[in-house]
Amino acid sequence: MTGMPAAILHGATLVAVGTAMLGAVAGLVGVFLLLRRRALLGDALGHATLPGIALAFLVMVGLGGSGRWLPGLLLGAAATGLLGVACISLLTRTGRIRDDTAMAVVLGVFFGLGVALLGIVQRVPQAGPAGLESLIYGRAASMLREDLLWIAALATVVGLFVVALRRDLTVLCFDESFARTAGRRTIRLDLVLLALVTVATVIGLQVVGLILVVALLVIPAAAARFWTDHLGRMLITSAAIGSAGAVTGALLSASYADLPTGAVIVLVLACGYGISAVAGPARGLLARRRSGRLAARAMGSPMP
Amino acid sequence: MTWAHPGDTWIAVIGALAAVACALPGCFLVLRRLAMMGDAISHAVLPGLAGGFLLMLWASDAGSIRTVLPWIAGADPRHPLVMLTGAIVVGILTAVFTELLHERLRTDRGAAMGIVFTSLFALGLIMIRRAADDVRVDLDPACVLYGSLELARLDTLHIAGREVPRALVTLGGVALLNGTGTLILLRVLRATSFDPAFSQVAGLRPRVAHLLLMTMTAVTAVAAFEAVGTILVVAMIVTPAATAQLLTRRLGAMLIVAAAIGIASAIGGHWAAITLPGVFGFEDTVTSGMIAVAGGVLFALAIFLAPRDGILPARRRTHALGMRILAEDLLGMLYRAEEAGERLSIEIVRARASAGLDVGPRRVASACARLRRRGHIETADGMFTLTASGRALARSLVRAHRLWESFLVRHAEVPPDHVHRTAMELEHVTDAATARALEDRLGAEALDPHGREIPG
Repeated sequence: MTGMPAAILHGATLVAVGTAMLGAVAGLVGVFLLLRRRALLGDALGHATLPGIALAFLVMVGLGGSGRWLPGLLLGAAATGLLGVACISLLTRTGRIRDDTAMAVVLGVFFGLGVALLGIVQRVPQAGPAGLESLIYGRAASMLREDLLWIAALATVVGLFVVALRRDLTVLCFDESFARTAGRRTIRLDLVLLALVTVATVIGLQVVGLILVVALLVIPAAAARFWTDHLGRMLITSAAIGSAGAVTGALLSASYADLPTGAVIVLVLACGYGISAVAGPARGLLARRRSGRLAARAMGSPMP
Repeated sequence: MTWAHPGDTWIAVIGALAAVACALPGCFLVLRRLAMMGDAISHAVLPGLAGGFLLMLWASDAGSIRTVLPWIAGADPRHPLVMLTGAIVVGILTAVFTELLHERLRTDRGAAMGIVFTSLFALGLIMIRRAADDVRVDLDPACVLYGSLELARLDTLHIAGREVPRALVTLGGVALLNGTGTLILLRVLRATSFDPAFSQVAGLRPRVAHLLLMTMTAVTAVAAFEAVGTILVVAMIVTPAATAQLLTRRLGAMLIVAAAIGIASAIGGHWAAITLPGVFGFEDTVTSGMIAVAGGVLFALAIFLAPRDGILPARRRTHALGMRILAEDLLGMLYRAEEAGERLSIEIVRARASAGLDVGPRRVASACARLRRRGHIETADGMFTLTASGRALARSLVRAHRLWESFLVRHAEVPPDHVHRTAMELEHVTDAATARALEDRLGAEALDPHGREIPG
């Protein structure tokens, strides 16, 4: 009797630490995506990981394995995810396709390829895509100690990169042509940012799944925008909102048996966005209304 | 597997109808930079279905509603009309909420879209999970995602004594609806897509057009999801439209080309789904996925090969232009050598070209070959000479060059030692009439600023 709660508690701690780190890292890189006006890149990226997952599975089965070795699946996910965002970047750079169209095309085509490959996976005897479903819809509750180590290591690497490169990334976000003239290699910097986003997305897959992973990138950053106009503070706020939302969601879904973790995390984050939109001191509704009233008083006319 | 007539043909036809229905609103989404809206709206299908279903369950259980609407107790909560209505409503709500977040809260439009559709999709997942306890439920999220074109053909209706797949009827209806809707709204959508500010002033109401387009997209996404799955709807909406955009710049043509590309993707995709896996020793795979891949292949072909906007034709045009300029420069070099009484060997031409024109030996060689092919130069014992036609062409180039130098010095007050480079560029775009006009401006001038004769 005493063993059970301890195990659950232990599992919950694992999940809490893992999701907190994931939320923070996704919040950090999400800020740069938002400022580059590529918020939905994470959506295309998430969907573009599917063919990689299926391919990795087929390759591992072909090599005689079970096909469910997580690092292998995530490596495959990262490979096609990165290929997808590289395609988007190149398509946009040719000047023939606008970036929203490029994202949508890559998303649809890569996901289609993934579905076709999954169709083949289902035909593999002894296999079935049971282990892969959890990467599509996410399942944080099944996180193992080993998974946590992976998440922690990768999240730390991404976090360090963001801190080290924050100046270059800032220039890239606000004035790409200046960055180019200032001698910064914008293509390389762009690829570094995409690689960081890819890593954050891939570690997010097993927690929230590839369809909802974009929420971890977009919502904390968009919410943080209401709190401050200062980039450094926005990064901190976004990371804080991301990790708080992820932990709250994960623990909520763990305590109300079998609610899907990813979905609960997304809804908690959405609530955070709603609260920020109303109460955020920099651009929230209340702050804007107050500054509007002050401006009206200064002009000498009462607000209607 | 090979194509078996009635079954596989039905599947391809259903896929083609879905593709046409999606491609038409897709063109406008692409033009309005709302390509990702197709994705957002198609995600709304899941919560819409679940919501409609749960609402019906709740209504049939609640006593007070049963007394007002007695039929509801016997109604099937899985009735397609109820679920589809729910999906369409949520689809439209996605668009409306996105606009609200964008305009009222000033959140970036892409981010607003992401926040709205992920929240709604998450809500849908939770509703399905909650409803799973109820025995009357069998909604499979995976099925909603991927669809099943293969099974859609087995669900048939009896029309005029014949068995017709239900999906064929719904998708055909939606394709027809979108076709007529597009025709009727073409003027309004064209104006509001290309110039919202103008259309507002002209009283065309961009907001209403936007809402209509969103409704059209939602209806299409909902009708098509059963066949191709929600997420592949986005591929069907955007990819053919993006391909068509590369092939034409006229809106009417773009709509027709997009529809045709959609049909081609559907047929090619189904063919690939039943034949391609055989190469690797598997039986077949999911048609909806392969339709998206086929669309992607056509898109990639267009990106590289489209006559005007393709990467390769553009590169070839640039290359051809560079070649023409280099060949003309070589003609000029030979003409000037003739003036000075020199004959040039291949080695000297190569050396001077790489020094003065900054080009490598291979390009010089292919430019020489081009001139020889056209009969402008001849080679005799390792020396180049101009033929009559080559000399005439070279003379007009050198004439234009020296006229421009004189003009720049006399009328544009450029110092004589700075005019050569500019004249080098202008000589390639100066026709006979322009040269004559320059000559008229310069009057009776026989020599250029460097004291060389201007050929007549």
